[in-house]
Amino acid sequence: MPPLKAATDPGWVSTLMIELIANNVLLLFLAIVAVAVVRVRQLLVSVMLFGIYSLLSAAIFVVMLAADVAFTEAAVGAGIATVLMLAALARLPGEKEEARARGQFWPLVLVVATGALLIYGTIDMPGFGKADNVAHRGVAMQYVERAPKETGIPNMVTSILASYRGLDTLGEVLVIFTAGLGVLLVLGGVHTKIASPLRPDAVGIRDGERRG
Amino acid sequence: MTMSDVVLEHYNYWVVIVLMMIGMYTVISRGHLLKKVIGLNIFQTSVFIMYISIGYVEGGTVPIVEGGAASDVVYANPLPHVLILTAIVVGVSTTALALALIIRIREAYGTLEEYDIQKLDQDAESE
Repeated sequence: MPPLKAATDPGWVSTLMIELIANNVLLLFLAIVAVAVVRVRQLLVSVMLFGIYSLLSAAIFVVMLAADVAFTEAAVGAGIATVLMLAALARLPGEKEEARARGQFWPLVLVVATGALLIYGTIDMPGFGKADNVAHRGVAMQYVERAPKETGIPNMVTSILASYRGLDTLGEVLVIFTAGLGVLLVLGGVHTKIASPLRPDAVGIRDGERRG
Repeated sequence: MTMSDVVLEHYNYWVVIVLMMIGMYTVISRGHLLKKVIGLNIFQTSVFIMYISIGYVEGGTVPIVEGGAASDVVYANPLPHVLILTAIVVGVSTTALALALIIRIREAYGTLEEYDIQKLDQDAESE
């Protein structure tokens, strides 16, 4: 790692403070929105809040110097995922989450215990933003040094994604293809309904089995 | 190192863990299937923020080379960014598939509450 030249720049400290404050405040917003998403019972409100949650996380990615990730999260996470959820809601008329008091205590205990263990695990982690973090050594440093020269692409993220790890990206495309195929197979074709007290009109496979 | 240093250096990780636990709590405690998918997405995004936090370098810049090869510029670690780019897209694919399954389950059962679906299955088996 080259030495921090910015340390001599007087304007650097204040910029860093603003970055840190923006990061911390946005993270706090994110936690608040996440709680709201879970607590709200109307599904449409929940989905829209989830869109806000994704957009906030995109803003955090910008603050944390991950411009490419921020673009993708804003377009794919906040955009496509929200649209997909709204499209799904449009096909679920009158759907509403039922308020049940049942089974809220033990999940909370489990979650608090797991969270406490995970927080205990972070104590030994290298501090946020430290340049001597082990994650920045080894292969990551090699990419930073060699990627712009070897590929001629100024954006290192692009050169790693499309050139060095091109096969991984091909695998990713395969995953998207499989998911698309799955959606078409699940939603297309002949639909059979399972007869139930909630759908007395439905004559489905279960009925057919019983008759046969 | 003072207490406030420890808090500031680990604040990101702790918020990530809080988000992760909110997501996990939603998946476990909420009976509605769509709510479970949203909880899973919250969990997923928290993992993204974890990775990007590790890639961040104080006083660094976005990993894009400007003009000539400046050797004294500190770049953020591009490797976590690449991993998370892939993860975001894969995450949306799995969400799409989950939503398709939710629509099908609602068509077949007429409800999306886990408890009701299990009850309908048990009734169908006992008949």
